[in-house]
Amino acid sequence: MLSNKKLRVRLGAFATLASALALGACATTGTAGGTAGDAASTEGDDKKFAAMVESDGVFASTYKPYPNIATALKGATIYDGRGGMIENGVIFFSGGKIVSVGGPDTPIPADIAVFDGTGKFVTPGIIDIHSHLGDYPSPSVQAHSDGNEATSPTTPEVWAEHSVWPQDPGFSRALANGGITSLQILPGSANLMGGRSVTVKNVPARTVQGMKFPAAPYGFKMACGENPKRVYGARGRMPSTRMGNFAVNRETWLGAINYANDPKAKRDLGKETLVGVLKGDILVHNHCYRADEMALVLDMAKEMGYKVSAFHHAVEAYKIGDLLKENDVCSAIWADWYGFKMESYDGIMENAAFLQREGACVVIHSDDKNDIQRLNQEAAKAQAAGLRLGIDIPDATAIQWITYNAAKAMGIEDMTGSLEVGKMADVVLWNGDPLSVYSRPEKVWIDGALMFDATNPKMRPVSDFELGQPGEGDVK
Amino acid sequence: MKRLLQIAVSALALGSAPALAQDVTITNARLVLGDGGAPIEGGTVVVRGGSVVYAGPASGAPTGGASVDAGGAWVTPGLFATVTSLGLSDVSAVSESNDISARGTPFSAALDTATAINPASQHILVHRASGITRAATTTMPAGSIFAGQGAIIDLDGDANPVMQARAFQMINLGEGGAQRAGGSRVAAYALLSAALREAQALVGKSGIPQTTEITKDDDVLLTRFDAEALVPVVTGRQKLYVAVERAADIRAVLGLKAQYPRLDMVLVGANEGWLVADAIAAAGVPVIADGLTDLPETFEQLGATQSNAGRLARAGVKVALNASTMQDPRRLQQVAGNLVALTRMPGATGMDWGKAFAAISSVPADISGMGGKAGVLKPGALGDVVMWDGDPLEVGSVPTRVFIGGVEQNLENHQTGLRDRYRNLDESARPKAYDW
Repeated sequence: MLSNKKLRVRLGAFATLASALALGACATTGTAGGTAGDAASTEGDDKKFAAMVESDGVFASTYKPYPNIATALKGATIYDGRGGMIENGVIFFSGGKIVSVGGPDTPIPADIAVFDGTGKFVTPGIIDIHSHLGDYPSPSVQAHSDGNEATSPTTPEVWAEHSVWPQDPGFSRALANGGITSLQILPGSANLMGGRSVTVKNVPARTVQGMKFPAAPYGFKMACGENPKRVYGARGRMPSTRMGNFAVNRETWLGAINYANDPKAKRDLGKETLVGVLKGDILVHNHCYRADEMALVLDMAKEMGYKVSAFHHAVEAYKIGDLLKENDVCSAIWADWYGFKMESYDGIMENAAFLQREGACVVIHSDDKNDIQRLNQEAAKAQAAGLRLGIDIPDATAIQWITYNAAKAMGIEDMTGSLEVGKMADVVLWNGDPLSVYSRPEKVWIDGALMFDATNPKMRPVSDFELGQPGEGDVK
Repeated sequence: MKRLLQIAVSALALGSAPALAQDVTITNARLVLGDGGAPIEGGTVVVRGGSVVYAGPASGAPTGGASVDAGGAWVTPGLFATVTSLGLSDVSAVSESNDISARGTPFSAALDTATAINPASQHILVHRASGITRAATTTMPAGSIFAGQGAIIDLDGDANPVMQARAFQMINLGEGGAQRAGGSRVAAYALLSAALREAQALVGKSGIPQTTEITKDDDVLLTRFDAEALVPVVTGRQKLYVAVERAADIRAVLGLKAQYPRLDMVLVGANEGWLVADAIAAAGVPVIADGLTDLPETFEQLGATQSNAGRLARAGVKVALNASTMQDPRRLQQVAGNLVALTRMPGATGMDWGKAFAAISSVPADISGMGGKAGVLKPGALGDVVMWDGDPLEVGSVPTRVFIGGVEQNLENHQTGLRDRYRNLDESARPKAYDW
């Protein structure tokens, strides 16, 4: 790979030279206006320069629900996402919103599209709280490795959305095989503070703005443990230990607090994000495997005055379910990943069930372009592990782990995550019990628009990358 | 002190006592033979002296001896996981505990997996409790295109995990192999060709091999010991597993048989195999396929689809499921179950239940040279029997009892210890450390 690069540089020497010149010109222009946002310039005609601020709507969502028709599904078993189940149910949605949900007698208007759901199941659109689709897209070549700004242990200034490649074929697999309608795309875990996440609707789009979930709060990715200390320790810089991890975090938070309290401070992108966290506008998603470290993070959050929304990859959450319940923190977990790194050594299948036993919030997540296609199956595995110990978790609750609970931890639970009147019509019709390995999504609606239909080959999204390639439009 | 010593001695005796094969008869089972057929309701399986003597309808079973009433539970042969690293690492990211690959060694094809299998590995204990009783386990390529020689192991945790050492050689002839050979597929083929020619020259010779070392800078791509290790490959006495994905690469690999007719090849991965399924079938080469890979993660698998395994099988190819691309081999059952799910999806090709189960039991065993012995319940097969708490291909189902070679297995491990300790969080009397 290295030699390939060298070759390319040599062959393109002239082109490289030309573009370097162009870049130089650009940089010169940039210098003149680069700091303009910080202070007014009085040069020339007294024109003042000012960058927009976040409340002006920077990088704003341009997503609009696609045209949709009033639709009803009748006769299916409905899991509402909040622990409710309706046998032989009816769901009716129109104008992109859920209009009614109920039993077989629920009235629906005449002259609308009605699908017979007999023997089938309906759930809210599945939500993955932890994805890197777009940031680590397929093909996973070095040129696409955009998930970790691993050049400093704290990079609160980066935003995951600036790395998202909307043409990642992974989005369509998550939709068609997993019924995923919303997902949070996070920066990686090389850094203690990895940057902002972005929550998107799982709709194909030409731009990331065309996917951004309107009005979803930002998340802020943090990471405990092995990764940051390994990455930076190996470079001979802080942090190289877990205590170093905490020291760097605390110093950074103190800096943000000073910034927040200083009315004369110049704008600082990283600190703006940190202050957003302190204000509660941005939700903390903290990669943290070990129970003892989660407990320390909770104390750090108290010390600095912020809240952790969810611990991600919390393989040892079951050891402190009581503490997590008390602090109202969700645990975003896998069903069965274990033993691949030291801090995952104590992973057990009963993690979710033990948390549920304590009344703590459970979210099943993927962190994986393959597992995101089967979050329903992962939930089923975790549910079964509980039942073997006599912890009987209803099917509707297991579905809540991958719908409402994820939405809650992402701060979008008032808009999606459950089948309730007035919410977004993000709906999956499954061809069987979604907690069975033998079931798959048959149809998926996002904001009431049919975005996937297993019975219609033209209703499978094909990304730009896949056009003209072997298997274009295949079932995948 | 004396008492302590006694305890130590008896503990030692317990640990080293050879477990005795029991005579086991299980009746009233939903019996799966593993041969691709449908389950037999009310089936009986009889194991004597460590081997299966009968498996089928109750009516034909030999009489006599005590029996276990399965109460209608699913009973199957033990699963056979192929292309695993079971027994080769404790924690893969803890390098000193990991024997899966060795970037720093000058050896490649000569590496012998059997020398490092740890039968007490937690991964072996965990996977045994998941119904896997035998596995093909192998080192992975690091410095060269050759991974080394894999072993067939059992998961009974006794002192002798290796059933067959040096059962197969594995080589990567896709993008990975190209990078390891110096940067291109062309280089990989040049290295392969040179290696096989050196091996061919050593056929029938004994003593210190007289071959040339192939090196590049500080990397040794082939030592004379590696060349010697490839002799059984060129003579067809040892299987050659070829990791390859792209349709064009698969065609090239199949073409090797023209030059080396005795190669006994198996394709591993083969994500674009469906594009050349007829050619693979015509060559009679089996495939250890990824079950659910459906993304163009590399340019060599642009055509990846979950229907690959089903389409290959439909074309007449012998297809087993590849454990190496799963999060863990204990997902074999889930992946097989997903192939059954595909049979209900318009346009997709999956496998029926019996064929999907065979793809994680008898077929991988057969590919590994254990045909009729492992992954199947029939007279003469090893007494590997698993009783389940539900449909074995359904997510969430786990074994309730596991027999390996007629010996009932302990299903406890580090994870069950944690599970039992944290059934509650009560530390009112003592800390959790006293709860074991």
